[in-house]
Amino acid sequence: MLEARGLVAGYGRAQILFDVALEIRAGEVVALLGRNGAGKSTTLKALMGLLPLRAGEVRFGAERIDRLPAYRIARLGLGYVPEDRRIFTDLTVIENLEVGRQPPRAGAPAWTPARLYELFPNLARMQTRLGGRMSGGEQQMLTIARTLMGNPAALLLDEPSEGLAPVIVEQMARTIRDLKREGLAILLSEQNVHFADAVADRAYLIEQGHIRGAGALAEVRERYQSL
Amino acid sequence: MSYDSFVIQFLNGLAGASSLFMVAAGLSLIFGVTRIINFAHGSLYMLGMYIAVACAGKIGFWWAVPVAALAVAAVGALVEMLLLRRIYAAPELLQLLATFALVLVAKDYALWQWGSEDILGPRAPGLAGAVAIGKAAFPEYDLFLIGFGPLMLLALWLVLTRTRWGTLVRAATQDREMAAALGVNQKWLFTGVFALGAFLAGLGGALQIPREPATLLIDLSVVSDAFVVVVVGGLGSIGGAFVAALLIAQIKSFCIGLGFSQVTLVAEFIVMALVLVLRPWGLLGRVPAQARGPWTAERPLVPPSRPALAALGAVAATLLALPLVSGGYTLVLLTEILLFALFAVSLHFIMGPAGLHSFGHAAYFGLGAYAAGIFLLREKLPMELALALAPLVAGLGALVFGWFCVRLSGIYLAMLTLAFAQIAWSVVFQWDALTGGSNGIVGVWPAPWLASKTAYYLLTLVVCAAAIAFLWRALYSPFGYALRAARDSPLRADAIGMDTRRLQWAGFALAGLFAGIAGALYAFSKGSISPETMAVTRSVDGLVMVLLGGIQTLTGPLWGAALFTWLQDTVARNVDYWRAVIGAVILFLVLAFPQGVTGFVGERLRARDA
Repeated sequence: MLEARGLVAGYGRAQILFDVALEIRAGEVVALLGRNGAGKSTTLKALMGLLPLRAGEVRFGAERIDRLPAYRIARLGLGYVPEDRRIFTDLTVIENLEVGRQPPRAGAPAWTPARLYELFPNLARMQTRLGGRMSGGEQQMLTIARTLMGNPAALLLDEPSEGLAPVIVEQMARTIRDLKREGLAILLSEQNVHFADAVADRAYLIEQGHIRGAGALAEVRERYQSL
Repeated sequence: MSYDSFVIQFLNGLAGASSLFMVAAGLSLIFGVTRIINFAHGSLYMLGMYIAVACAGKIGFWWAVPVAALAVAAVGALVEMLLLRRIYAAPELLQLLATFALVLVAKDYALWQWGSEDILGPRAPGLAGAVAIGKAAFPEYDLFLIGFGPLMLLALWLVLTRTRWGTLVRAATQDREMAAALGVNQKWLFTGVFALGAFLAGLGGALQIPREPATLLIDLSVVSDAFVVVVVGGLGSIGGAFVAALLIAQIKSFCIGLGFSQVTLVAEFIVMALVLVLRPWGLLGRVPAQARGPWTAERPLVPPSRPALAALGAVAATLLALPLVSGGYTLVLLTEILLFALFAVSLHFIMGPAGLHSFGHAAYFGLGAYAAGIFLLREKLPMELALALAPLVAGLGALVFGWFCVRLSGIYLAMLTLAFAQIAWSVVFQWDALTGGSNGIVGVWPAPWLASKTAYYLLTLVVCAAAIAFLWRALYSPFGYALRAARDSPLRADAIGMDTRRLQWAGFALAGLFAGIAGALYAFSKGSISPETMAVTRSVDGLVMVLLGGIQTLTGPLWGAALFTWLQDTVARNVDYWRAVIGAVILFLVLAFPQGVTGFVGERLRARDA
């Protein structure tokens, strides 16, 4: 469903990604494991068109998306949830959801605010609250809900468990499994092996911008922990 | 002041606030979403006035107003699609330069289309009368304007909070990249916002025609006022723009009503200074969020290599020997190029290494020029002494204005410097007794031993070369390093014990002082000084020179100054609509070389070396 080959990207003169290749098939949850600064977020941004690629090819479904602007990629049904949440703090919860709204898409679950409130009951109680007045965990829920409003077929989740209280992390893992049940394909970047273990079908290991391993979570985990 | 006239002045202020609010709100909206300060916003206002006046004769005033506003909105949309879209990724100063080029083009278009005479607009049919307020009469039309301003505020608020488009605009104002990642097509959002901002400016202008004539001079004065309003109200806050427009318009109205029209600007200045000291981000503004986007580092300012120094020395030697083979007009033009080179280098000093983007550097150039003239003619000082003392006045001015300016950063600082320059210009323009008002000062000639073109050229060469060498030397002194540290990482500079504000203040004053040297030299080279010496356009000339040369280079300002001065001289002598030509050239250069000409050449050289 999402397939990348030979990705090269960076900031200014610094090259961050070296020939990154990965693939996510329909309905699967794949973890991109790596330490701080290994290139996880950069990979996700590059896939989303938020960072110009210097080389490489990305296919999403039947389309080549490596030269498309981010908004076109989003409209094709690839959702992106940034690691630092990036809630619109001046907008209310319901307005944040409105920004993400796109028409329903064949072959992907269709979301409405009402359905999202079932998934994230906390948000239902604070529809008119400003994004800036929410806790970190609430913001993390909102940022996922906001992306789901675009009815994506696949989701890029950048470190969804980062900086959250343990009880919220558990809730997040449940949410990801719920989304998988809905039929979404998910690529999530993680440093937290336990979290990845709890949600992912398989994993890639990224180190210094190179993919160093791929396969079942247990094998990749071993290599990751031995680094 | 009687109660009646108090009420009248108060109502006058309210009426004046409406147009001001619309312009400032448009400016603020456009900046919020596109991060571009639209210098041409006053030009859009001017176009609104002219189009309304031109149409009013055929279709009547009440149709002319919306037609003019919509026409200006269409112009805005076209400008966004054809020009701005190509330069969103360019450095913000170049974007500003592009919008200023539009100011030049718009002015010459208006001159060509409608002539240089002011044009009186019609009265508003149905509201041509006046109502009695106590013993005084107050125009009905002004009452209508008083109501219209708040109505527009309400309409804008509804659009921004009650429509999907408005929600997207607010989201993009906060984080464009995130909005794009959610599928928001920024292109059309930007075009729409630009069109709306232009519509507001055009509407503000069109509604003003029953109150004042359409004039070519309105563009920069309106945009300066709008800058003041936006700075006082808080950038990006529509409500703030409304409150600030009321405040500024009331100050104007009461100063004029009480017969102190000369102190209007001083009063405005005091209010603005107070607001900025108490609330640096404006009355209703907030600390600006860190702009998101790819992080770009300033390129290090490399000291000139030995060959480069040798080349500069060779250029200086050639210039020194030039009077042997050349004379007359060449020397006059070169004198001008030299002193503008110093002006550009002093501006580069504060903009590049110090990172303080001044849009009002001409104020210090002008202060130097006027001080020289006043010392010579009013104080009867010898010319040499006048030339030596005048820069100190400019430095003093920079010290006073700089105290406020260094409290701000980025776009706020730029707007504040521009507003100060506009204030300095207005004081000079209005203070007939000291400055000769709009006529300026004539008979500012150098001492007899410097009277020949050659002697004055050599003086200018020596003084400018020494001054430029001093400024460049300063950049590689501990002071220069500290300035760059304060620019690149203010927090860390603070943390290792540097008083960054004081450093920048000193840098600002120093740059003002050296601009003053250039200004004083300019005064004696021309023999006369007029308010144009320090007008906003002069500040922009300086920006053009620095940016043409490339802000991240050391010698760029020299080549920028030479190229621009030569170009302006050649074009202005041969073409009627020289402003439009210069504007077109700037637009071409911005589109073709978004890193500046020297930057472009340097980039090529590095690419060849690599």
